[in-house]
Amino acid sequence: MAQIICKNASLGYDGRAITHGLNFEVNAGDYLCIVGENGAGKSTLIKTILGLNPPLGGEIKFSDGLKQNEIGYLPQQTPVQRDFPASVKEIVLSGCLGKSGFRPFYSAEQKKAAAENMEKMGITELSGCCYRELSGGQQQRVLLARALCATTKLLLLDEPVAGLDPKVTREMYELIASLNREGITVIMVSHDIASAVKYASHILHLGEVPKFFGTKENYLKTDVGRAFVNEEASGK
Amino acid sequence: MSEFLAYFQYPFVQRAMIVGVLIALCSSLLGVTLVLKRFSFIGDGLSHVAFGAMAVAGVLGLTNTMVVVLPVTVLCAVLLLRVGGRAQIKGDASLAMLSVGALGVGYLLMNLFSSSGNVSGDVCTTLFGSTSILTLSDFDVWLCVILSFVVIGVFVLFYNKIFAVTFDENFAQATGIRANAYNLMIAVITAVIIVLAMNLVGSLLISALVIFPALSAMRVFRSFRSVVVCSAVLSVLCALSGLVLSVVFSTPVGSTVVAADIIVFAVFSLLGKLKK
Repeated sequence: MAQIICKNASLGYDGRAITHGLNFEVNAGDYLCIVGENGAGKSTLIKTILGLNPPLGGEIKFSDGLKQNEIGYLPQQTPVQRDFPASVKEIVLSGCLGKSGFRPFYSAEQKKAAAENMEKMGITELSGCCYRELSGGQQQRVLLARALCATTKLLLLDEPVAGLDPKVTREMYELIASLNREGITVIMVSHDIASAVKYASHILHLGEVPKFFGTKENYLKTDVGRAFVNEEASGK
Repeated sequence: MSEFLAYFQYPFVQRAMIVGVLIALCSSLLGVTLVLKRFSFIGDGLSHVAFGAMAVAGVLGLTNTMVVVLPVTVLCAVLLLRVGGRAQIKGDASLAMLSVGALGVGYLLMNLFSSSGNVSGDVCTTLFGSTSILTLSDFDVWLCVILSFVVIGVFVLFYNKIFAVTFDENFAQATGIRANAYNLMIAVITAVIIVLAMNLVGSLLISALVIFPALSAMRVFRSFRSVVVCSAVLSVLCALSGLVLSVVFSTPVGSTVVAADIIVFAVFSLLGKLKK
């Protein structure tokens, strides 16, 4: 059953649409990769799914027991975070806050969930370390652990491998794939089309008019898909 | 030594101590968030607004200037945040505009409608807070105590949310934390602290009280909690030592406290380098 249904949506800012007629569905356990050129509306789509930026037309619906604030979000890093004094544990715990309501402090349950997710990401021994002193790959694991504290159903990843070296990039993709195998739905925005095609089950290719949505097998049969994959591959 | 202790028997010194410590505590708690959110200048801008409002209150002949200054400053904080919420550059410009505008109009009004003969003395007092902390009334002290406890209470209760909103606003908002509401809360608290702190250090030096303890703590400590705690401790110690020194050597209170803050910052910068 579909967790997210997007029907004929137009997305954009301040009344100006970037993309029209967007239709897609995400089912539980899918691994959807969103690709497209710069300015095609990838970030806007993410903001819209997260409810930070309402769609200009059409609708995006959540069903199958998924609520909007149950999405685990892995954002791109901001400049503020680069010199932020915070321990790994503090950051991971902050993922639990959405469910706290007005309770001012973390419950034992939330602390346990945070510890489990740190274990899962292999960062337990970094728990007391300062975030800004970690390597890029470790930082992404911390943010992924935080995202897992916010969700058990769906992860939304915004270019999770940007700026990582090839080895760490591969490890990151494997980690995400293993979470997906455990049953967590994954939506990922990526420029890395080769990996997108390798790991994803579905592809959404954005453009002024959405160019493709469907399984990756079908994507590779279309002209758009073949052209994009070749172009990106030769561009490297 | 006995002469030194004798100072503390004067009620005006005791009042100054209470108010000084509370203001230092509040401003340092909030300072960490403001510095990390790149809002260091909001403190400065709002303090100039408070100066302008104080001038208006003076012209109107109000004996209790707080009644005008507090609401005006809070209102400006809210407006700044609403305007600056979306576009960063616009917010930056509007802050600068408001800040110098209030300063200019305030000084103009004080000159045009001065009630006392010593205009530059009045202006100097408001800007640098020279002696007003030693002439606090009971009402000032009680207001300061109550507002400080409210600020500290709010900070403790919402500590985790403030951390989340400071570290990553988008993530916080995406997981259902009302980031805008917390930003608004932070702005209002900042305004309250600034109005309170005008008594201690005057409106030009408030930013020092807000940013120095936080920056010093960040040189050495590496988790948010330790930075907040260290910043609060440093700020209180600096305020206390600054007050004592200013009473003993009869220097201006505000600038002595700020000088203490600067020395501590230098020491902590050095410590931070050595630690690496």
